Amino acid sequence: MNASAPATQPPSPYSSALATSNVETHTLSVLVDNEPGVLARVVGLFSGRGYNIESLTVAEVAHGEHLSRITIVTSGTPEAIEQIRHQLERLVPVHKVNDLTIEKPFIQRELAMIKVRGKGENRNEALRLSDAFRARVIDATTESFVFELTGAPSKIDQFVELMRPIGLVELARTGVAAISRGPETI
Amino acid sequence: MAKQMTGAEMVVEALKDQGVDTVFGYPGGAVLPIYDALFHQNSVRHVLVRHEQGAGHAAEGYARSTGKVGVLLVTSGPGATNAVTALTDALLDSIPLVCITGQVPTHLIGSDAFQECDTTGITRSCTKHNYLVRNVADLPRILHEAFYVASHGRPGPVLVDIPKDVQFAAGTYTGPSNVQHKTYQPRVKGDIEKIRQLVEMMKVAKKPVFYTGGGVINAGPKASMLLRELVGLTNFPITSTLMGLGAYPASGKNWLGMLGMHGTYEANHAMHDCDLMICVGARFDDRITGRLDAFSPRSRKAHIDIDPSSINKVVKVDLGIIGDCAYVLEDMVRLWRSSAAQADKAALAQWWGQIDGWRQKKSLAYGPSKTTIKPQHAIRRLYELTKNRKTFITTEVGQHQMWAAQHYGFEEPNRWMTSGGLGTMGYGLPAAIGVQMAHPEALVVDIAGEASILMNMQEMSTALQYRLPVKVFILNNSYMGMVRQWQELLHGGRYSESYSEALPDFVKLAEAYGGHGIRCSDPNDLDAAIQEMIDSPKAVIFDCVVDKQENCFPMIPSGKAHNEMILADLSDDAGIELGSVIDERGKLLV
Repeated sequence: MNASAPATQPPSPYSSALATSNVETHTLSVLVDNEPGVLARVVGLFSGRGYNIESLTVAEVAHGEHLSRITIVTSGTPEAIEQIRHQLERLVPVHKVNDLTIEKPFIQRELAMIKVRGKGENRNEALRLSDAFRARVIDATTESFVFELTGAPSKIDQFVELMRPIGLVELARTGVAAISRGPETI
Repeated sequence: MAKQMTGAEMVVEALKDQGVDTVFGYPGGAVLPIYDALFHQNSVRHVLVRHEQGAGHAAEGYARSTGKVGVLLVTSGPGATNAVTALTDALLDSIPLVCITGQVPTHLIGSDAFQECDTTGITRSCTKHNYLVRNVADLPRILHEAFYVASHGRPGPVLVDIPKDVQFAAGTYTGPSNVQHKTYQPRVKGDIEKIRQLVEMMKVAKKPVFYTGGGVINAGPKASMLLRELVGLTNFPITSTLMGLGAYPASGKNWLGMLGMHGTYEANHAMHDCDLMICVGARFDDRITGRLDAFSPRSRKAHIDIDPSSINKVVKVDLGIIGDCAYVLEDMVRLWRSSAAQADKAALAQWWGQIDGWRQKKSLAYGPSKTTIKPQHAIRRLYELTKNRKTFITTEVGQHQMWAAQHYGFEEPNRWMTSGGLGTMGYGLPAAIGVQMAHPEALVVDIAGEASILMNMQEMSTALQYRLPVKVFILNNSYMGMVRQWQELLHGGRYSESYSEALPDFVKLAEAYGGHGIRCSDPNDLDAAIQEMIDSPKAVIFDCVVDKQENCFPMIPSGKAHNEMILADLSDDAGIELGSVIDERGKLLV
């Protein structure tokens, strides 16, 4: 999901010197009121202001208080990321924004379901690889498997690439959820 | 006080409880229950506009001239979409509005019903916040919250979309007591340590400048008083954005005039050469900064703003202070006084000497004429003839707006209503109506262009209905002047679609509406004609026929820095050849 203009825009005379510094990837945790339209507000902010969304997940985390947690992986210069954080904080239903990448250390996890179709040796190879990656078989037929794999996005990327030549036909990924290490909470 | 009533009655009750005395609106099917509730009471006055955009701008004029929240009430579908321009305008200029829209009944939402639109979806990005009320039990809380969000922190428009069945449903109304919003609690008091740092920076500054904006106006009259006091104490020069005019008086000795694309030579050069820039309630807009990588290259910059996202958004500053301008200015004045602080007087004297050199350029000068009315001259005469009474000025958008900002002297805050951020043609007349509703005894003048005024001309009818003696002062040069100026400067004088063809006879048009029409094209008659306009008890359209060729100078060409601004070439009426001044990248800019 790439909401921004291409990165190869010509430099504008109005564009600030800030834009030339390094692009970083950050993981933001956003605690919001779980009310209608809140996700549209967040996503609309990113598209409207030309920020990137590399991954976005959302689910209710406190049913009684109607709180949802949105995890956004975004990229930009440090100044742009700071601006994104302030813009998110400006939204009325937003309780809290934490930049986990700055506050580190933190853990990122993603879940993927991978459908592989094939017969013969490819089938065995798929099973061996899934074992090596600690993926679980959650559905099986005589000509297919569905594997469930949880891990850092890079691990899932790696598994997916290995599965492609031996029969990967469909892929579903949840996007990244993230939490800080240690006893502290956001 | 908990009371049983319908949703529609709650709306009117909440308006009363929020101290709203005037609502601008237009009825329609989905708001009829609210109009019925309005019918049964006398404490909230409804002003019937002729187009919902007019309701929005009128509410903006009302809000900006009073410091209160402006309210508009419109129906679903086209009522809501017509209000979108005004909501966006209010968002960009930080004007507190509450917009109440009717919606089709909840069971029809999503069915493409008659006059249905996704109002909250459409207005999500042009409001500070919006609500769709699905249950009458939530309505009182949401209404009070809407006023809270609109007026607290950086002000802005808030929309409440109320389906018709919710307006009819009965529920329990509760008053606005103890609105403690669970998430939205903006900080108003600045960090005192940072303010102390700023005062220290001010003590040693050799070339300081105050750069102030609409945030000072929004912080209330007290902020303007404190700003004047601080400028007096420090003897620092001060300039302001378009939105901030009037916070410091134009007659004040430290005033440099407006800065930015059409700001004065001295203001822009002071910004470029300063060593300390103190930005108070302004946001480094592209009209202000010009080319960013050449923006004030040798200065340390401090930025005071209530909105944390404004700080470091376009210009990286050395010191950011988050807080309401009035609170921060109060602390600055107190710290300056209590520490018996002194500015570097010798350095300051030298700085003022440099500024006086820039002032000698007389960047607002224009070529006088005995035969045609120069638009700048018209504004100056309007100022001279209205300065001794309580006068409010609104504008449309274009050359006339810049000339008004340059040549009308604003002495007080809240007297100047203009569309700055969005640049909305058609803003001025409805805004003037809103101002006049709030200040019935004052003189309210919409300085207009002949093209802009036609965008919301229908509101003359509103002015007449409520006997509002607003004055529409049209600088008529038969062109969309600013478009023509850019076409002249950037597109080889190919005036594509910028000539005002088939204009109405504005005098007859005024009379057709029941107002008074005046035309003047001779500079010798101008004063008498302006006096006639002022003295008329009616709404007036003044068709001031001005020089067609006049361009608005000085000007920072697109993509250039503050110290590369160009001045009017008074020796040569053919004007300036700018095609060579603005490079290809500059031409891409607006």
